[in-house]
Amino acid sequence: MKATEIAEKVLSGEMSARSVVEQHLETINNIESDVNAFNIVTAEQALIDADEIDSKIASGETLGPLAGVPISVKDNLCTRGVETTCSSKILEGWIPPYNATVIEKLKDAGAVIIGKTNLDEFAMGSSTENSAFGPTRNPHNLKCVPGGSSGGSAAAVAAGFSPLALGSDTGGSIRQPAALCGVVGVKPTYGRVSRYGLVAFASSLDQIGPFANTVSDAALTLEVISGYDPRDSTSIPEKPLDISGVLNQGVEGMRIGVIEELSGKGLGGISRDVISRVEAAIKVFSNAGATVESASVPASIYGLSAYYVIAPAEASSNLARYDGIRFGPRIKAATTAETMTATRTKGFGDEVKRRIMLGTYALSAGYYDAYYGKSQRVRTLIMNDFAKAYEKFDILISPTAPTTAFPLGDKTADPMQMYMQDVCTIPSNLAGHPAMSVPFGFGEDGMPVGIQILAPAMAEQEMFRAAQVLESESGKGIE
Amino acid sequence: MVQRISREEVAHVARLAQLALSEDELDAFTSQLAAVLDHAADLEALDVDDVEPSTHPFPLKNVLRIDEPGEAFEIEEVFEVAPEVEESQFRVPPILGEA
Repeated sequence: MKATEIAEKVLSGEMSARSVVEQHLETINNIESDVNAFNIVTAEQALIDADEIDSKIASGETLGPLAGVPISVKDNLCTRGVETTCSSKILEGWIPPYNATVIEKLKDAGAVIIGKTNLDEFAMGSSTENSAFGPTRNPHNLKCVPGGSSGGSAAAVAAGFSPLALGSDTGGSIRQPAALCGVVGVKPTYGRVSRYGLVAFASSLDQIGPFANTVSDAALTLEVISGYDPRDSTSIPEKPLDISGVLNQGVEGMRIGVIEELSGKGLGGISRDVISRVEAAIKVFSNAGATVESASVPASIYGLSAYYVIAPAEASSNLARYDGIRFGPRIKAATTAETMTATRTKGFGDEVKRRIMLGTYALSAGYYDAYYGKSQRVRTLIMNDFAKAYEKFDILISPTAPTTAFPLGDKTADPMQMYMQDVCTIPSNLAGHPAMSVPFGFGEDGMPVGIQILAPAMAEQEMFRAAQVLESESGKGIE
Repeated sequence: MVQRISREEVAHVARLAQLALSEDELDAFTSQLAAVLDHAADLEALDVDDVEPSTHPFPLKNVLRIDEPGEAFEIEEVFEVAPEVEESQFRVPPILGEA
C-alpha cells in the first residue's frame, strides 16, 4: 500500500498504526533472511511508537502527514538509543546520543522507524557487497545485487518491508540502487535536506533523500525531511518545499534535454537495453507535450575521474576521526599511536582503506595540484556545462545506471568496474543539483531499469512533474 | 608502463592514514590504486588552468552563528559509548615511547 493511503487510513481511524506495523513486520519475518536489507529491525520500539500514534488519534490530537507509515532508514543516520554502524566494524555497537535532524522530522510527521538498513561500509560502493555484515540481495532476483550504497533501503522498499526508506547519495547511492531495485529514489539539491546526524563521507557531495514505490510518496517524504536547519551550516535557508501541489501539472511545453554523453553517444559501457528504455521515455515525454531534444554536457564524461579524487580526498579527512579513542570499539596496543593504527586496520574494510589511501595520496605534497586541484577545476567545468545546458532546457534525462542489476561477486575483484556503475549519477553530485531515478520498464534480463531525471538547483518541482508523467505511463506505481 | 603509484608510496600513505598493511595487501592495493589513478589521467589532457576550482556546489562563505550556549549532550551518555573512561575523561594508552 502507498504511504499516502496508509496515513489517510490511520488518520481516519480505518486502520490502526499497530496493525500497519504488524503487517510489515510479518513481511520482514517471512523474507528478510533471504534479502538481508536490515542491520537491525527495531520491531519492539516500532510497536511502541505505533501504539503511541494510535492513542494520540484516539484522543483527537493532530498528527503529521506520515502518521503510522513504516519507514526504514540507512544505517549511517544517527538514531538516539539505536545502534548506528555504517555497516562497519569500526562502529559496531556504537549507540549515538542524538538523532539526525531527518529522524526528528520523520517522528514529528508520525512516521514509524522499523529498522536500520544495510549499506556499503561508510556508503562506499555500488552493490552493498562492501558491508561488514554481509551483502543485501535484490528482491527481484536474489542472485543479483541491489546496487549501492543504499542497497538495504532500496531492497526494503522493493520487498515491501516498508513503503518508504531514507538513503544518502554521494555519487549515486540513492539513485543507482533505486534503479536496480525498481523503486523511486531521489537525491535533492545539495543543502535542501539537513545533513546533521548523517555520518559524513564526502561533505561537499553527501545528501539525504527518500526511496518510495511511487513518485507521490517520494514527494511527500521529501517535503517532510527538507528545510533549513541551523545545525547544518550547508543547509539552504529556503521556504518549505511544496511538490505535492504541482505533481500533476504535467510536462506540456517543458523543454527536456537528453544528455547525449551519458546516453550511449559519449561514454561506453551503457547497455543497449538500458538505452532503449531512454528512447521509450523520450516518446512518453513527447506524447505528453514536451519538447525533447538532444543535449550536451561535454564535461560530464570527466565526472567519474574527478569524483574518484574529490570524494576519497574528503573521506580521508572525515574518516580520520575513527581511531578508537572517544567512541566505538578499541583494539588496545602499547601506545596511543599503535592503538589507533590497530583499531583502524581491524575496523575498516578493504574498500574504505582504498579510498582513505587514495584520498591521502591525492592530498599529499607534490600530488595535490595534479589530482585534487585539477579535479576541483573540472568540477567547475561540469557546473558550467550544466548551466549552459539549462539555458536551453528545463530538465535533463539520462539512464540512471549503465546496466541492470548484476550478479553478486561480478565486480568485487575490480574496483574500477564497480565505480563505473555511478558514471551517470556522479555529475549531479559534483554540481549539487537534484536528480532522481524513476522505474521505467525492464531490461532483456527482466530486471528493472531506471530513468534519471536531472534538474537545476532548487528545481525539484519540475523534476517531480516529469517523474509523475513517466510513472503514469509505465503502468507501475499504482497498486 | 611505469605505474602511477609505487609500492613504497602506498606504504607511505598507509602510514600517514594509520593503516597497517601486510605484504600481500600492499601488492593488491598498489595495483588497484594505480588503476584508479590511471583512469583519473584522462583529466591531464584538459586545459583548465584558467578555470576556478570549486570546493563546494554553492558559493557559501563563512557561515556564522550567534555564539550562545545551547543544549549539550549528557556527559554520562557520551562516556557510555567510549572505549575507556576514567574520572570523566577518555583514558588512552601511553602517548610517548613504550608502555
